[in-house]
Amino acid sequence: MNDNAKGQRFVALCMLGLVLFNFPVLALFNVSGTVFGVPVLYAYVFAAWALLIALMALVAER
Amino acid sequence: MLQGPVIILSAFAYLGVLFAIAYYADQRADAGKPVIASPYIYSLSLAVYATAWTFYGSVGRAASDGVGFLPIYIGPTLMIALWWLVMRKILRISKQNRITSLADFIASRYGKSALLGGIVTVIAVVGILPYISLQLKAVSTSYSILVQYPEIVIPTTLGEMPARQDTALWVALILAAFTIAFGTRHLDAAEHHQGMVAAIAFESLVKLLAFLAVGIFVTFGIYHGFGDLFARAAADPKLRAMMTPLEGVAGGYASWVWLTILSMMAIMFLPRQFQVTVIENLDEKHLNKAIWLFPLYMLAINIFVLPIAFGGLLHFPGGKVDADTFVLTLPMAEKQEALALLVFIGGLSAATGMVIVETIALSTMVCNDLVMPVLLRQRWLRLNQRPDLTGLLLGIRRGAIVLILLLGYLYFKLAGEAYALVSIGLISFAAVAQFAPVVLGGIFWKGGTRRGALCGLLGGFAVWFYTLLLPALARSGWVPIGLLEHGPFGIELLKPLALFGLAGLDQITHAMLWSMLANIGGYVGVSLLASPSVEEHRQASLFVDVFRQSGEGGGARFWRGTASVPELHSLLARFLGAAAADDAFREYAEGKGLRWRQDALEADAELVHHVEVQLAGAIGAASARVMVASVVKEEALTIEEVREILDEASQVVVYSHRLEQKSRQLEAATAELRAANERLTELDRLKDDFVSTVTHELRTPLTSIRAFTQILLEHPEVDTEQRTKFLGIITKETERLTRLINQVLDLSKIESGKAEWRESRLDMRELIGDAVTGMSQVFEEQNIKVELEMPQTVPAVRADVDRIIQVMLNLLSNAAKFCQPGGGRIRIALSAQTDALRVDVRDNGTGIDPADQALIFDKFRQVGDTLTAKPHGSGLGLHISRQIVEHFGGRMWVESRLGEGACFSFTLPHG
Repeated sequence: MNDNAKGQRFVALCMLGLVLFNFPVLALFNVSGTVFGVPVLYAYVFAAWALLIALMALVAER
Repeated sequence: MLQGPVIILSAFAYLGVLFAIAYYADQRADAGKPVIASPYIYSLSLAVYATAWTFYGSVGRAASDGVGFLPIYIGPTLMIALWWLVMRKILRISKQNRITSLADFIASRYGKSALLGGIVTVIAVVGILPYISLQLKAVSTSYSILVQYPEIVIPTTLGEMPARQDTALWVALILAAFTIAFGTRHLDAAEHHQGMVAAIAFESLVKLLAFLAVGIFVTFGIYHGFGDLFARAAADPKLRAMMTPLEGVAGGYASWVWLTILSMMAIMFLPRQFQVTVIENLDEKHLNKAIWLFPLYMLAINIFVLPIAFGGLLHFPGGKVDADTFVLTLPMAEKQEALALLVFIGGLSAATGMVIVETIALSTMVCNDLVMPVLLRQRWLRLNQRPDLTGLLLGIRRGAIVLILLLGYLYFKLAGEAYALVSIGLISFAAVAQFAPVVLGGIFWKGGTRRGALCGLLGGFAVWFYTLLLPALARSGWVPIGLLEHGPFGIELLKPLALFGLAGLDQITHAMLWSMLANIGGYVGVSLLASPSVEEHRQASLFVDVFRQSGEGGGARFWRGTASVPELHSLLARFLGAAAADDAFREYAEGKGLRWRQDALEADAELVHHVEVQLAGAIGAASARVMVASVVKEEALTIEEVREILDEASQVVVYSHRLEQKSRQLEAATAELRAANERLTELDRLKDDFVSTVTHELRTPLTSIRAFTQILLEHPEVDTEQRTKFLGIITKETERLTRLINQVLDLSKIESGKAEWRESRLDMRELIGDAVTGMSQVFEEQNIKVELEMPQTVPAVRADVDRIIQVMLNLLSNAAKFCQPGGGRIRIALSAQTDALRVDVRDNGTGIDPADQALIFDKFRQVGDTLTAKPHGSGLGLHISRQIVEHFGGRMWVESRLGEGACFSFTLPHG
């Protein structure tokens, strides 16, 4: 993968992160209730964060 | 067990271990085998981002607004996604220009401006003081709590302790001594502190492990896992509200977004982050791993923040215990002495890591960009004449470290106690965010100018000071509180917390909004109005186009002047020491293929540039410029000349690129033409050959026909017997002529692709039988024995019956012609191979010379001496046969040795 394509993928990931961790997506998960005993909002934020890191690892190491 | 001496001893033992690691890493670095040349250590060193704020403060923040602590870590993750574009560029620029600090970077970009470097330094120092005070507060608070064990007493009156018992002051002094030992043992031209980086990486491990240990203890030791903990918390209505914290809170989302943006800037522009990410970076490729390992570290250290916060709130109801201390007080309340001590050490490592790197970075800035430029301009100090300045440089840095830590302590005394840890830290974040426009603008936009940068920075900093620092001081009673409530001189519109009437936002959002407006507005606006100087122009293109340049020599062509080698050498020796100066000159000489001290070096633009870059590594770009200018008689270039150089260079590049492309295209075209020409010449030759051969072949029978008819015409008296014989010859020759003409027509049809092929499935056994039967008359006449060797059944092939018969007849008649006269024997063998049928026709004639074997399939090629012997055929039969066989996907060849007969074979693929 050339530098240019890699750069574009990273920009796309940053955009994805900005959407995932912002209003209104964040508001969708700002509800009471739990997932496996963990409050929905906390579970969502950590899961989305982990996903983003995994994708960054994928792009970086390719 | 946890008495004061034990705690202090553990702390010193820990610092001792750090020092040992740093010492070891420095030794290895000196030996040329760096231990920190690994992407993993690099990633861990970046985690110096996680300070006492993360270790103690996150829990405090989480205990008041749930996930509100997370933007500080999610923001950097998002920014790091852009590192591939942004940080790689900054790294490249910094390596090429020997950048030593953030102030150096900004000063360098905007025309090596000493004024700008100084302002950046002041902003950085003032801005970071709250952050350093936060670390001091965390360490001294954690010590004061721990030493009370088993009681849990939150210290409230730290400020009134006598100096001898003031832990914060002691912490500041010890850390200053430690940092001096760490960071300023010697002067490195590249400003690398490998020992420090190794120690920081180790500290990152310690704080992570300590925090995870507490998290696991609280979640699984005190409670029964996440589910249990959150279920109990949900039972309390106040805690349940914190599980959906983003609604209801004033500016909930806005505050979240601004914190994210703020921390995106902080991860780039905190002086310590710039130090570890850029200055201490050994290899650009380490970025690849750090891009995901460092975010992963932040994720890991945050997993247990909420459980600890909820655990603390459940455990200490009523708010008697400060949430910032939950990490420590929870293990203490559960009587876990060892864990509590581990937490103290973890917090200590988080705080010391930050303080060490931050003060080293700041002291470099203070020395290179604030003190030295001023000192060097004081002619009465005669610094130019001092033989060795390394001692002075180190002295300034050591003084700066002590001063910065004492100022941090002072801030802690003045304002530190009114705020929680995170709120103190955020003030610093907002200060360093002011660097974002000038740095990011500086590396992507050539239009940014020195004046623009000055206006932006000063404007942003002023607003920051007014809306964030002043209120902090006011709340602590050092500035009249009336300023906050009624504005200066009672002007409500200028209230620091609601500037121009903008109310309803939280303090950070409010301050960021106004300071960024002033900063970006000033930077862009003034840049567009003012035109840049020569130096700015050249630095802008060096920075923005860094990926287009080949190497470090990029700046040399902009210089014109005269200098002498000894002067340059002694200049370098004054700042780096004689040995380092010798090294630098030797390196330069070797690069030119010369020997230092033996061959004469020319003090040209390149050497001056080399010296300046080396010098910049020690004292910063702005100071280096001043120093080099003092020994070099420089002729200033005008802006037009620089433009000309730039334009010329880029035009030459464009032209030569185009020329190369054109010449490549031409070469390709020429090669094609040559090939076509060769093909045509060959075809022409073949055509000539063909025509002459055909004419020759036609003339032979015609000649003989004409001769005999002439005899018959002129001699009517020839007897009947003779006449019959002559007429027989004439008939035979005409037949030959017809056959020849037919074959030529046949050949031209095949070769032009106009021949008609009627494909059908055919049985080769049958076909060979038919061919032999057709030739039986000839065989009998010449007394030739024919042997057939065929299997019972063979797979069918797809081909044209008439054509294959033609091939068979041609081979058989050839065999009949050439086999031993009188005792001729022909063997025909048919055999099935894996994917084809093979037919062999073997005679017992004279055989064919190996030299001729390759040629006999050519047109009109006949074996033997054609001049003496009468030709036996047209010379087209074998050629046509081979064309036919190849048309159906088979091949034809001959095997023979002189005197042993010949064997013609062909194959046809199964149909």
